[in-house]
Amino acid sequence: MARVETAGPGTARAGRGRTGGGLAGFLIRRILQAIPVILGIILFSFIILHLAPGDAIDVMAGEAGTGDAAYMAQLREKYGLDQPLYVQLARYGVQIAQLDLGYSIRNNAPVRDLILQRVGPTLLLMSVSIVLSVAMGVLFGALAAVRRNTLLDDLISLVALLAYAMPIFWIGLMFIILFSVTLGILPSGGFYDVTQQNPGLLVRSLDVAHHLVLPALTLSLFYFAIYTRLMRASMLEVMSLDYVRTARAKGLGGAKVTVRHVVRNALLPIVTMLGMQTASLLGGAVVVETVFNWPGLGRLTYDAVFQRDYSLLIGILLMSSILVIIINILVDLTYSWLDPRIVAR
Amino acid sequence: MTSDSSFPLRFGPVSRRTFLGASGAAAATLLIGRSGQAFAAETPQKGGTLTMAIWPDPTALVCAFTTSDQVLLASSKMTEGLVAYGYDFKPQPRLATAWQLSPDGLTATFTLRQGVKWHDGKDFTSADVAFSFMQLLKPNHPRGRGTFANLTAVDTPDDHTAILRFSKPSPMAMNALSAFESPILPKHVYEQGDPLRNPANNAPIGTGPFKFVEWNRGSHITLERFDGYWAKEKPLLDRIVMRVINDASSRAAALETGEILLAGPNPVPYSELARFRSNAKFDVETRGEELLQHAQAIQVNLRNPALAKLEVRQAILQAVNRENLARAVWYQSGKPATSPIPYQAGDIRLANPPAYPFDPKKSEALLDAAGFPRGADKTRLKLRLDWVPLGEANLRAAEFIKQSLQRVGIEVSIRSSDLPTYLKAIYTDYDYDLNVFLYAPIFDPSMGLQRFYWSKAAKAGSPFVNASGYASPEMDKVLEAAGTEIDPDKRKALFHEFQKLAMTDLPILPLLDLDYTCIINKRVHDVMAMPEGIRGSFADVWLSA
Repeated sequence: MARVETAGPGTARAGRGRTGGGLAGFLIRRILQAIPVILGIILFSFIILHLAPGDAIDVMAGEAGTGDAAYMAQLREKYGLDQPLYVQLARYGVQIAQLDLGYSIRNNAPVRDLILQRVGPTLLLMSVSIVLSVAMGVLFGALAAVRRNTLLDDLISLVALLAYAMPIFWIGLMFIILFSVTLGILPSGGFYDVTQQNPGLLVRSLDVAHHLVLPALTLSLFYFAIYTRLMRASMLEVMSLDYVRTARAKGLGGAKVTVRHVVRNALLPIVTMLGMQTASLLGGAVVVETVFNWPGLGRLTYDAVFQRDYSLLIGILLMSSILVIIINILVDLTYSWLDPRIVAR
Repeated sequence: MTSDSSFPLRFGPVSRRTFLGASGAAAATLLIGRSGQAFAAETPQKGGTLTMAIWPDPTALVCAFTTSDQVLLASSKMTEGLVAYGYDFKPQPRLATAWQLSPDGLTATFTLRQGVKWHDGKDFTSADVAFSFMQLLKPNHPRGRGTFANLTAVDTPDDHTAILRFSKPSPMAMNALSAFESPILPKHVYEQGDPLRNPANNAPIGTGPFKFVEWNRGSHITLERFDGYWAKEKPLLDRIVMRVINDASSRAAALETGEILLAGPNPVPYSELARFRSNAKFDVETRGEELLQHAQAIQVNLRNPALAKLEVRQAILQAVNRENLARAVWYQSGKPATSPIPYQAGDIRLANPPAYPFDPKKSEALLDAAGFPRGADKTRLKLRLDWVPLGEANLRAAEFIKQSLQRVGIEVSIRSSDLPTYLKAIYTDYDYDLNVFLYAPIFDPSMGLQRFYWSKAAKAGSPFVNASGYASPEMDKVLEAAGTEIDPDKRKALFHEFQKLAMTDLPILPLLDLDYTCIINKRVHDVMAMPEGIRGSFADVWLSA
């Protein structure tokens, strides 16, 4: 956990000195703490998923439109689904200990391969959306705070409210209708133009970027709204603090005070929010991935739930939780970079 | 039907004379399709890339071990069956060029096509056929044990003859030899190891007109023209790209921008169908579903004492205005059913089965007679209603039925669940009263319908079988006789008898015969040449500029 030292601004420099030495210790401590968390997640997801009625074999037989009992029994036996739950759990534990995520019955492929295939597009979409939404949110939130109670402030608040209130899939569809169907300037979906045969790396990258515009914009709009509201409130709070008045009193210009003293301190709640929302972006991306046919993890997860593909689902949950743990560590480090009074330990 | 222009063409009276029609003619000459219709002036062109939609992402690309619709869609371009069935439901040559069924129905001799290559360059022989049926399809196809229950051996006297031997006559097996029911797979690829985990399931090696190039899961599947295909000059297309597009509105947008040229079945929200029908750029087809056929019905749990009474089941059917159901829920893509066998099935459908027209007054009288008068709160009876979670149309149908039954004094509570939960409640626990579901009767009722009516098909834990608790010795006798009857006329009479019984006993209340739609950009030609439609091989499909 990051803790705020109860020290005044005068001791800030000393504080930073201490963190530098303890970084390795901090990381080791956090990784050790993560192990029981990850074990808990495996156990919890394993049990809760098996509490849901039906299994992958039911779904497969359902799709075939017939229930041949002998065929279903044969499949269950082959994949060990006829064993008691604790035996299945023990087998899974042994597998995971060997860093083997298992085999997806539904997709006829190793879970690791399935996840690796999808993780790239998801990370690309997520990172671009986060950068875009934080950048827009901080910029417009700060602007609204500096120009509070003006027309600009009202306008920004209105746009943020609209972006927040509109369902994400609807915005996505409206973008498609406007930019793809009516104007014809952006593709309606997909990761790249799949009919193009072996284009060069540059052409392919530009093509991906072209396809990324609409989904990234759609996904970032919602978070842009949240960051704008948060930034505005946070700025207003910081601007009323004593040290800002001190900075003004010592003769600093308005812009310098805002950028160096106000914005930097107002960013702390944004970082907290960002850490929390990175995790939820994985889930929120399902909708955007579906609307824009983005071949990411969200849709894979969604399908895995409805197909009772346990090994795939636990594999994804495991990977997401590791990602969340890493992001939390990064957030804590960012705190102490932004505000040296905060020591990561 | 609203749009007669897209109504299925019928090639004369349909007969069930399934099998004895031997034909050595090349398949290509038998493909009649629309060439005599709208596109008479155009000659097929070679080349081009066809982009089409597929959803959700398939779980494999070979339909021998998993049979969801999107797997059929992909598999059928790369693998082939011994025959393909035409609009008359008669077999046409594919991997087999001629065939003969012995008079006792126990031996079917197939002459196999010469000069057929697998995509990896090896020769196709009768050994592949024997291996596919005995080692792959019979034990591992989800329906294999049922369809080929009586298949005891496949003899291979030479490289181009395969003899299927049955312990009992099996007309059903003879109707299951197409690419999407029984794909023939290469023995040399599947010989080693577990066929279910064979890498070729995700990167097929077949004899079909297109060969596998890449599958980028969640994004697209690319297939390429197989230059060694046995039909010279075919296929006409250079490439097929199937794009995974999961959202119906996104598919509609992609069709309109031309990013995809073909999508089905039921690619766009029903509310948008009219818009596509009136757009001159597109054909909205309802053909191409004749081999599967589709229907919506209510499965009734006869274990409920109230529903065990025939009058109550008749009352429920007569309380639902099925014309309005077709209009409100399916936007006219369906019409009232008169029997479990839909109109696409031709003359095996009984002309005048016992009928139950919409009549709320009669319905109330029946409920009174059954001993369910309206109580103090105007309610006669409380029932639960489940709906199969395969499309919103079933939920809307459930809501429609709830309102209809409310008017005659039956209070209905709708229960919604995801597919595995639903399957367990209905088919394992039998914990339900009424169940709105969809089924594919298939052009051979022994394959598609018997399972819902045959008492021996009922088995807890098996989805989409008889879950009504219906057991009628008379019905069992008729179904079992139809299962082994190879005389087409006698078999037809048995299916007529089946429908009479089904509509008298009513363990299932047929609601609608459904038309599934497929939207095709007019640049794409001859998709509907065969009733396989979008699940066809696409050897003859071509693109105009």
